[in-house]
Amino acid sequence: MAKEARLVQGNQAMAEGAIYAGARFYAGYPITPSSEIAEECSKVMLKVGGVYMQMEDEIASIAAVIGASLTGAKAFTATSGPGFSLMQENLGLAVMGEVPCVVIDVQRCGPSTGLATKPAQSDIMQLRWGRHGDQIVIALCPATVNECFALTVTAFNFAEKFRVPVILAPDEIVGHMRENFSVPEPGEIAVIDRKKPSVSADRYLPFAADADGVAPLAAYGSDYVFHVSSSMHGRDGYSNNDPANAAWRVAQLHRKIEMHQDEIVLTKSFAVEDADVLLIAYGATTRAGRAAAMEARKQGIKAGVLQLVTLWPFADKEVAALAKKAKTVVVPEMNYSGQVAGEVRRVLGSGAEIRRVNSYNGEIISPQDILKAIV
Amino acid sequence: MSHATGIRYLKDGVLPHMWCSGCGIGVMLGAMLRAFEELDYKNTDTVVVTGIGCTGKADDYLVTNALHTTHGRALAYATGIKAFNPSLHVVVLMGDGDSVTIGGNHFIHAARRNIDLTAIVIHNFNFGMTGGQVAGTTPGGRFTSTTAWGNPERDFDICALAEVAGANYVARETPYHGWELKERIKEALDKKGFSLVEVFSPCPTHFGKNNEMKQTREMLDWFRERGLPVERYRKLSAGEKKNHFPVGKLVDRDEPDFNARYEEIRARATAPEG
Ligand SMILES: Cc1ncc(C[n+]2csc(CCOP(=O)(O)OP(=O)(O)O)c2C)c(N)n1
Ligand code: SF4
Ligand SMILES: [Mg+2]
Repeated sequence: MAKEARLVQGNQAMAEGAIYAGARFYAGYPITPSSEIAEECSKVMLKVGGVYMQMEDEIASIAAVIGASLTGAKAFTATSGPGFSLMQENLGLAVMGEVPCVVIDVQRCGPSTGLATKPAQSDIMQLRWGRHGDQIVIALCPATVNECFALTVTAFNFAEKFRVPVILAPDEIVGHMRENFSVPEPGEIAVIDRKKPSVSADRYLPFAADADGVAPLAAYGSDYVFHVSSSMHGRDGYSNNDPANAAWRVAQLHRKIEMHQDEIVLTKSFAVEDADVLLIAYGATTRAGRAAAMEARKQGIKAGVLQLVTLWPFADKEVAALAKKAKTVVVPEMNYSGQVAGEVRRVLGSGAEIRRVNSYNGEIISPQDILKAIV
Repeated sequence: MSHATGIRYLKDGVLPHMWCSGCGIGVMLGAMLRAFEELDYKNTDTVVVTGIGCTGKADDYLVTNALHTTHGRALAYATGIKAFNPSLHVVVLMGDGDSVTIGGNHFIHAARRNIDLTAIVIHNFNFGMTGGQVAGTTPGGRFTSTTAWGNPERDFDICALAEVAGANYVARETPYHGWELKERIKEALDKKGFSLVEVFSPCPTHFGKNNEMKQTREMLDWFRERGLPVERYRKLSAGEKKNHFPVGKLVDRDEPDFNARYEEIRARATAPEG
């Protein structure tokens, strides 16, 4: 039987994706352009046996999410720039304490309160470097309503599998866009749950990593008793000031992501095989990029698009491989400073020709804007 | 009956603890662990959530579940734990800087929600851990490492704040009143809804030294002379009250807690449509 397709908003699809992935705890503080996610969760969580909480601010929201996750919940929150800034300190605890959780940052135009209802792609560096202390995070970026759903499931899967916070960062356009969408059947998309300890309770060490770089995680209230700490800690979770331990810990937090880089870095490509002009795009800009590439081909220019589905860790290998075949690289993005273009420059070196197309006035980048940079 | 020692909740080999001699935090911790034992708390169903500061170091010594959080945010973490698993005993240990200076917003909202947490606040009139700076709980005129000529601001009454914000249970004790302190913590643990035990506590190293009470005894004398059982305190004139503070159980009520209200609302959401 054909599944019923509905016209669904990106934000709605992310909320539905979270429920599909097994999320049963949401804590947040409403902010445009993410509030539809909170509104949907406030209804559905009650029905599926989960908990929705509107907290006093975003600092408390991410804290409650982390607390619930350690109590066994798949937990998440959604926000936008101002709230995402407030979350950074506690997000660092999720990194340090290896707490699975998902944060959705529906990006809007800044700085500060900026243009609250207008899109931007200007949190790219904050996703990566927003917290103090050296660390690495995973950040994903959908371009369609279907991807909003699917990548939310992926975000939870990565969070659970690698015991990390994962950030999903659509821009306002994708968050508010409506497209035909039908929810996949249960089982159609794989759902991963965190690894639980199997040793006897007295031998459980919450930070002793297995060969895959990840330690099993118990839940408060289970037979396993454990400590999680924002302070530097050893394998047993207790404070540890030994420099050798700190070196192991900081490296370990990086390594568990680095060793799974190939699995984590997701890209999509359109017409890149013979492309002389390679567009590197993400989020809503991917859509304009594809339209521009098709138009360019009509005019006899071989253009293609590499979509960065995973923003962090950066797709170094994929960018380098495709750029080698192209003559020109174009990076359209909704920020002033070329946050992703800078990364592309880092990968390709100072000699490469990289054309930037930027908008930073809250207006979408059109296919025509990109086309101008191609021809 | 033999007396509870609370030792079963203490980690082996971590003593002596890090707190200065004369500090009140150890007295609070001892009282809390004895209360745990008298209530027969299990390590598996107890989560101690700590903030950052001298008080926030307490989890280092415990074998219960623990979450050592960020400065000021312990109650928000604890809220997520309790909301998701209401069967857990969730106890939150914070300094006065933690709980009502940087974390004041979480404090009033946890009390407003009346979520079933037990908050124990060490009120030592300053930021102990970072060198004795002024806090939102340093009395006006007092000296700290950042108020060399006296504090121009006024202090919070933490208990009054919890009361007006909606806590079901509020008590204040001092290390001078060790047995009572344990009893209050027990009552607080047993109470459904948000409960607060505020512990006036000497910090001889900083606040005492800066305010001519370098000897722990002098701070304890201060508590003994000024702290009056609440029944006696309430009979004082407004003028006399200025020189005293009430100790004991200050608020005891049975408003429905967050989880109870939540399940009521859930019943509406899941009721078959008629
Ligand atoms: C966000 C943040 N700001 C400042 C600090 C530095 N800091 C650590 S503990 C502390 C104050 C502790 O005072 P209190 O909460 O009263 O605890 P005490 O040490 O007195 O028990 C401060 C300011 C910090 N850790 N985090
Ligand atoms: S500095 Fe003050 S609060 Fe901290 S341990 Fe010493 S006496 Fe206690
Ligand atoms: Mg203090």
